[in-house]
Amino acid sequence: MTDFVPARYFTPLLAAFFFLMFAGDAAAARIGELVQTDPWQQMRRFFTFSDPGLRLGLIGALLFGATCGLLGSFIVVRKMALIGDAISHAVLPGVALGFLWSMDKDPLAILVGATIAGLTGSLVVELIQRTTKIKQDAALGIVLASFFAVGLCLIRMIQNNNGASKITGLKSYLFGDIAVLDRQDILTITAVVIITVLLVVLLYRPLLTIGFDREFAYSIGLPVKLLDGIFQLFLAFSIVVALQAVGVVLVSALLITPAAAAYLLVNRMHHMLWVASAIGMLSAVLGVFFSFLGSNLPTGPFMVLGASSVFLVAYLFAPRHGRVTRWLRHRSRRRDVSNENTLKSIYRILEQGAANGAGNVVQIDKLAGERRVSKAELLTDLRRLRRIGAVDLIAQGRDVMLTDAGLQRARRVVRNHRLWEVYLTNEAAYASNHVHDDAEKIEHFLSEEKVAEIEHQLDYPEVDPHGKPIPGRIGA
Amino acid sequence: MPDKNVHVPALEVHDLTVSYLRRPVLYGVDFAVPSGRLVGIVGPNGAGKSTLIKSIMGLVPSSGGWAKVFGQPVKEQITRVGYVPQRESVDWDFPVNVMDVVLMGCYGRIGLIRRTGRAEQAKARAALDKVGMLPYAGRQISNLSGGQQQRVFIARALAQESELYLMDEPFAGVDAATEAAIITLMKEMRDAGKTVIVVHHDLATAREYFDMLLLLNMRVVAFGETGEVFTGELLQQTYGGRLTVLSEIADKLAKEGS
Repeated sequence: MTDFVPARYFTPLLAAFFFLMFAGDAAAARIGELVQTDPWQQMRRFFTFSDPGLRLGLIGALLFGATCGLLGSFIVVRKMALIGDAISHAVLPGVALGFLWSMDKDPLAILVGATIAGLTGSLVVELIQRTTKIKQDAALGIVLASFFAVGLCLIRMIQNNNGASKITGLKSYLFGDIAVLDRQDILTITAVVIITVLLVVLLYRPLLTIGFDREFAYSIGLPVKLLDGIFQLFLAFSIVVALQAVGVVLVSALLITPAAAAYLLVNRMHHMLWVASAIGMLSAVLGVFFSFLGSNLPTGPFMVLGASSVFLVAYLFAPRHGRVTRWLRHRSRRRDVSNENTLKSIYRILEQGAANGAGNVVQIDKLAGERRVSKAELLTDLRRLRRIGAVDLIAQGRDVMLTDAGLQRARRVVRNHRLWEVYLTNEAAYASNHVHDDAEKIEHFLSEEKVAEIEHQLDYPEVDPHGKPIPGRIGA
Repeated sequence: MPDKNVHVPALEVHDLTVSYLRRPVLYGVDFAVPSGRLVGIVGPNGAGKSTLIKSIMGLVPSSGGWAKVFGQPVKEQITRVGYVPQRESVDWDFPVNVMDVVLMGCYGRIGLIRRTGRAEQAKARAALDKVGMLPYAGRQISNLSGGQQQRVFIARALAQESELYLMDEPFAGVDAATEAAIITLMKEMRDAGKTVIVVHHDLATAREYFDMLLLLNMRVVAFGETGEVFTGELLQQTYGGRLTVLSEIADKLAKEGS
């Protein structure tokens, strides 16, 4: 098993981090405080990283984008998406209490308060499940809403008592504003991210085992409950550090959407961790970019829209399961089948002709009759076949001639067809007048190994059930 | 090959009682399996067969009694016991391949943080080879048939190198070839001195597969050599309607308790 090794991947990230930390200042202004400016000028400011507020925002976005992708991957494969949503709402009263306790936007106090609230939320969910017959989804719904409501009340109370001066920071917890991140916030985020990455790297195997098969994880003596607790703790941490930039309402989307997109794109968990954190970072940076471009736009919604766009692309173009990819694959298979059917028809006509002593050229009109298609349709097929070098059109497009490659392929299809008819008649006891339709489908999908196996099993037959010779046998 | 463990039962269960939401599902289960035997647990649906092995493994809390493995509590002997859950209990769309799953069998021994090395890779490959799945080592698990999934689970158990195995319905929904391969493998394991205990749902094959049978219906109806307990009368007791009183009382207890 390939392990999850973050070194090669975090080195460029660290470089970007330091670059952003120490790049030269230009006109100092927070992202949110910018007045109407020309978007081109804004874009230039973005790509020169000359705005210190923007630099901090980007660092933060890259960092929590990566952690959200990492932890989100586990959440998605364990079908815990609702839990992430519930915890992110449940932290709000903790944010308010942390604020009340320090009477300032002290990131540490808020982190502690929010984490405690988040964990209390998940404990209450468990308590409801264990002591009643209410299932997890309803329990999550109850806890999510009631904790969120308490948080909203507390924030309004703080606003009423303190006036608006200190509250700008607190408000951003609802909908997210990357501009409020200061150096201290970034240090907190960095610490959380480093520990989270370490956690995932060190405990990757046990976390994977618990995610796949919880009972088995218990049965080999893994400390499942402890690991669950640690995971939830770090989940709460990560939610809290992303909270200011993305907002309570949308932060769970940043956990789930990049990971879900990665789940569609790759097949192994450690690849999913890479891809999900890359998508998380990309979404977060896109969010910062767009909210910077149109000044004063909220960051959170743009990050989530960024993630959703990536998800849409994955949904449509994922290598194996993407809708568009599948459609293309089906189309190319349909064309292959049609190509092979045309080649087979040419071969049949030539076969009959050979008995009558004719050459190796077939009239297109005759072929259209044999294929039972219009001449126009047939010509489309034949042009495609000419492009792949299977046929040549001669006599001003009135006749068609098989090339060597085309002849080989035609012989293969006819062989598959007739061999399969023999197989069905002999081995599956089909009546010989029932086998043709099945062979029409199977002939296009038999691999050479299967053919060799069938030939061997049938003791190398020479003719099909209708007495026609089987061409191009492997064992011949 | 006699050793000091020969007289200590591989598994001893004493007065084990399990309740679910206050409703008893297993009453005072008592039995002891000598090592090196192939044992089938049979009984009707809802008899508590899976619950029994889950509670032996500590996956389901018991409300009384105990289970010992080689004379000691299961928790202290955890590396000597391998558990094979029901195939349907996991999500086969999980992003891992066959090799990843089999390697999980080694995680109990190597500890939380250590990585798997060549030794574990070799063990996993040997286990896959035994169940005829080595060519599929790199295959994504969502592309496996039911029988192949079960073979992967058995391979993971083999990679654990345990001495006692508890398997939950390994023959459920698998093809005939897989069933034959698994039972052959189980017999090999028994001949190598391992103890294999299998929850089984098919009475027709139970007699030919197992050395010993545990007839279970919320309590132990009979336990012993297959030839002695596979009798019409005992099976009638296990599968027949005589236990309705017991289950009615269980229902009543559950209602009064809540």
